[in-house]
Amino acid sequence: MTQTMRPQISLTEGAIVLEGDLLIGTIEDVDLTQGEAQTIDLREVTQLDTAGAWAVVTLERRLQAAGFSPQITGASAVQNDLLAVLRANMPDEIGTLLPQVTIADRLEQIGRRTVGFSREMLTLIAFLGRVVAMIFGLILHPSRIRWTAIVHHMQQTGLNAVPIVALMAFLIGVVLAFQGAAQLRQFGAEVFVVDLIAISILRELGILLTAIIVAGRSGSAFTAAIGSMKMREEIDAMRTLGLDPIEVLVAPRVIALMLMLPVLGVIANFAGLFGGAIMSWIELGVSPGVFQSRLVSNTDVWHFGVGLIKAPFFALIIGIVGCFEGMQVGGDAESLGRLTSTSVVLSIFLVITADAMFSIFFAVMGI
Amino acid sequence: MANDPIISVRGLVTRFGKHTVHHGLDLDVQRGEIIGIVGGSGTGKSVLLRAVVGLLKPADGQITVFGENVRDTSPEDYRRLRRRWGVMFQDGALFSSLTVQQNVEAPMRELLDLSDETRAALAAIKVRMVGLPEDALHKMPSELSGGMRKRAGFARAIALDPEIVFLDEPTAGLDPIGAAAFDKLTAQLRSALGLTVFLVTHDLDSLHAICDRIAVLAEGRVLATGTMAEMQNVDHPWVQAYFKGPRARAALAQKETV
Repeated sequence: MTQTMRPQISLTEGAIVLEGDLLIGTIEDVDLTQGEAQTIDLREVTQLDTAGAWAVVTLERRLQAAGFSPQITGASAVQNDLLAVLRANMPDEIGTLLPQVTIADRLEQIGRRTVGFSREMLTLIAFLGRVVAMIFGLILHPSRIRWTAIVHHMQQTGLNAVPIVALMAFLIGVVLAFQGAAQLRQFGAEVFVVDLIAISILRELGILLTAIIVAGRSGSAFTAAIGSMKMREEIDAMRTLGLDPIEVLVAPRVIALMLMLPVLGVIANFAGLFGGAIMSWIELGVSPGVFQSRLVSNTDVWHFGVGLIKAPFFALIIGIVGCFEGMQVGGDAESLGRLTSTSVVLSIFLVITADAMFSIFFAVMGI
Repeated sequence: MANDPIISVRGLVTRFGKHTVHHGLDLDVQRGEIIGIVGGSGTGKSVLLRAVVGLLKPADGQITVFGENVRDTSPEDYRRLRRRWGVMFQDGALFSSLTVQQNVEAPMRELLDLSDETRAALAAIKVRMVGLPEDALHKMPSELSGGMRKRAGFARAIALDPEIVFLDEPTAGLDPIGAAAFDKLTAQLRSALGLTVFLVTHDLDSLHAICDRIAVLAEGRVLATGTMAEMQNVDHPWVQAYFKGPRARAALAQKETV
């Protein structure tokens, strides 16, 4: 690489003399805010690039503002051309380029966000309505159901999730038995650990944690897949072909998830009970036989039912939110990433809210 | 020194799996010229560009830019080399999370230590030089049209006053007026900044309007180089079809009337 010469500025005989290389990497070495003269001498300038020319034109402007009419001397033809290009392209005022943020702007932002959020919730509800209507329409006209897509998504969201869901539930069972045992042993009520595990896993934890895992696993996949289709205008292409994206993309995903989440919930329940039973045996000496008989005699089958009733609703929430956020993706890659994470957070939040509402409902109904 | 080519490619071989794109490609680019690289789809024009700027490791061959070997440089040398060229990808390849101004400032921020004001002023100048309105500075790339994105990509490519700019199909997808304006811009900036331009294109109008020399890629090598007029006499079916087809005649006729 060619060696650069440090630029210098000096004031001699009524002229500002610049020397050396005026390049983007070196212009900040010279102080152009000092000195007043009628001419700017560039004879000794060896190299000049846009940034250097910008510095020279800025200097020229400053002198003009101070009441001089500066002449630029000693520039080569190429350098003069470059200076002319720069003069034509100088931004008007650099100071005003950075927008100032005031308190009013912040308040406006809060207002806009609030309105934006409520609008989004409204469109989400509208989307929910359209998807539910579509699903009922499909039930009335089963020939329009896309079985291949449904089976594909059942495999993706259901079958492929079995190992992680089972492992998670098993470990939750182990943890519950372990923690429960430590507390119940103080009262000599070790055997109640069976009730503890059975009720908490069957009623709440099995299905809730499965839903959370599926939201992270499949909800985000829905958003990413539909979002990238939206970005590449595939959704628009579908519409021009007379295909309804809700029928083609959203309905199969939601239906597959509503079919598979209960199945995953059952698997999680069994894995959780299995984990609990093993831990009770090791830690408390409750043999599998005792565990089983106590489970059957003491645990109402309704605990199992209450847990599973929630599954299709959770699946609907995860599927709708995942697909909805995917449809919101705009033209840029950044919105895809942002909406994927929004999708996961929102669906987990809504699943837990729904779970709380179910709990209140069941408590009031006395189930 | 003055007559040494600024880019020199010797015996370049690139492969993707079993598919050989270039076998033994030679090319010289002289300082200050605009060279147009043409060729049918899949002849490896963009691959050549990527190999020259070091994004892709060729299987064999020598590539020297500014007399330095691109392939065997240390990361430090490569960094210095990179400062001296700018690349504009097909769709501008702007960083989508940054505004246009931040995009143009990005190379200055990464490679130089400049004050915020200087950087902002230089970015504003570059954005104006490529013909974007000043309010585009604070827009996000997704808010720009395709043509504006290309211009912004060009502004980023020339942010550091490079000696070479690599342009990958700069006029593809632009309307004829926008494409002609982009050609004019390229020629203007070449004379103002003394650029060497490595232009991958399909656009016959661009070839006519601004290219000093044309290199035709076919059969994994450079089939012919020369001016537009010399291309008319190359005896090869693809070259004949390309430069004597109806579109080429239209472009030529248009040039003669202007």
